[in-house]
Amino acid sequence: MEASSLAGGFADPSQESARAFRGIMRAMSCPGSICDITGATPPAPLSVAAGSVLVTLCDHDTGVHLAGRTDTQVVRDWITFQTGAPLVEAEMAQFVLGCWEDLNLTVLATGSPEYPDRSATVIVEMPALEATGHTLVGPGIKDTAQLNLPDLAALQNNAALFPLGLDFMFTCSGQIAALPRTTKVS
Amino acid sequence: MSDYNFAYLDEQTKRMIRRAILKGLAIPGYQVPFASREMPMPYGWGTGGVQVSAAIMTPQDVFKVIDQGADDTTNAVSIRRFFERTAGVSTTETTTEATVIQTRHRIPEQALTEDQILVYQVPIPEPLRFLEPSEVETRKMHALEDYGLMHVKLYEDISAHGAIATAYAYPVKVEDRYVMDPSPIPKFDNPKLSMPAIQLFGAGREQRIYALPPYTQVVSLDFEDYPFEATKANHSCGLCGSTDSYLDELIVDDAGGRMFMCSDTDFCSARRAKGHTGTSGAPFQEEAV
Repeated sequence: MEASSLAGGFADPSQESARAFRGIMRAMSCPGSICDITGATPPAPLSVAAGSVLVTLCDHDTGVHLAGRTDTQVVRDWITFQTGAPLVEAEMAQFVLGCWEDLNLTVLATGSPEYPDRSATVIVEMPALEATGHTLVGPGIKDTAQLNLPDLAALQNNAALFPLGLDFMFTCSGQIAALPRTTKVS
Repeated sequence: MSDYNFAYLDEQTKRMIRRAILKGLAIPGYQVPFASREMPMPYGWGTGGVQVSAAIMTPQDVFKVIDQGADDTTNAVSIRRFFERTAGVSTTETTTEATVIQTRHRIPEQALTEDQILVYQVPIPEPLRFLEPSEVETRKMHALEDYGLMHVKLYEDISAHGAIATAYAYPVKVEDRYVMDPSPIPKFDNPKLSMPAIQLFGAGREQRIYALPPYTQVVSLDFEDYPFEATKANHSCGLCGSTDSYLDELIVDDAGGRMFMCSDTDFCSARRAKGHTGTSGAPFQEEAV
């Protein structure tokens, strides 16, 4: 483990995680809205937003899976030290982190009819977040919202699984947007 | 304040509650199990709401608590003081100034905005519980979207009373999927459940959290020939004269005398401050400080 793993967490965990969570909650309750989330400074290639989500929500109770380019020893060490979360296979993960091209959504947990909440939350590192592109409709959206999504068909398939399905968080530098399974995209 | 972690709960507990809140927002109306903690107040006093409030609160928040619409009851005052002491947040009784409002059994009369969060204290989160005591069975009923029993219950209301007699905790269907207990708010408040604010529901004893994102479609269950009606006492507020707010009935003497007044104390005093006076109300006077 390198010394860099020990830095980059919240300086004031209780207050910074509270503020970060409000950003996450706003994003998840208003799909398509782009919210600020900062506080953590994770090692590359993680964005500030993705790192802040991890330290806000993950601990020894939550399996984390790193997909593709994010699965480096430096990132593993950082997550282990900062959150204590076990790093697990994709099938077992509550939180999955990666770029869109590196993710295999078909193996992730989508919950069961009795417990649809036992599903993975996917943190997708994005090159950019913009309120343009695809149209979003659903709970949390007054009329319609716009967001640049990485893939339409996969997200439409996910929405069709409701009430099962995956919930997505899109992160880019210090910003986050979210797409829960209830949002219909076109 | 330094004697406690910010907002009382430890960070691991808050993370667990925060994860449950996010899943609740992603599956509106579904009750997410969570590991409810012992709080320094008894079950039934809002331990679920307090845990949800503690998990979402930031130091910048302005916190309001109402109990049946009133800011000045024991429950509301003690929860407000709890967060003043453990989180150092400022508190208010004015609905428009608050960013987080914890409520027991009412939705404020003042329409809420996108910047506000409403946290409900929930005693029994399971709408089917009085019809089916088994958790295994009710969970299966939600999974199969098997809500016929609830309609039978409403039908039996009609056959026994000539109308749907359920007056509070009136069941709703969320986004055409989950039947949800809106907590024991009067059915007068049901039409307000589709609102711009985030709504979070916490049941401490029953260990459930559920949520409604802004603008979620919430429909009160009814029948075509017996449509849902948001009812209230057919009077006006004795203090402020309001005809469209939810009213409490008060017995005022030993001879059966009674008066009606707004259950939402902030709404009522704001109206009186603007010069509205009801039949039993004295003209508004600034409080001597």
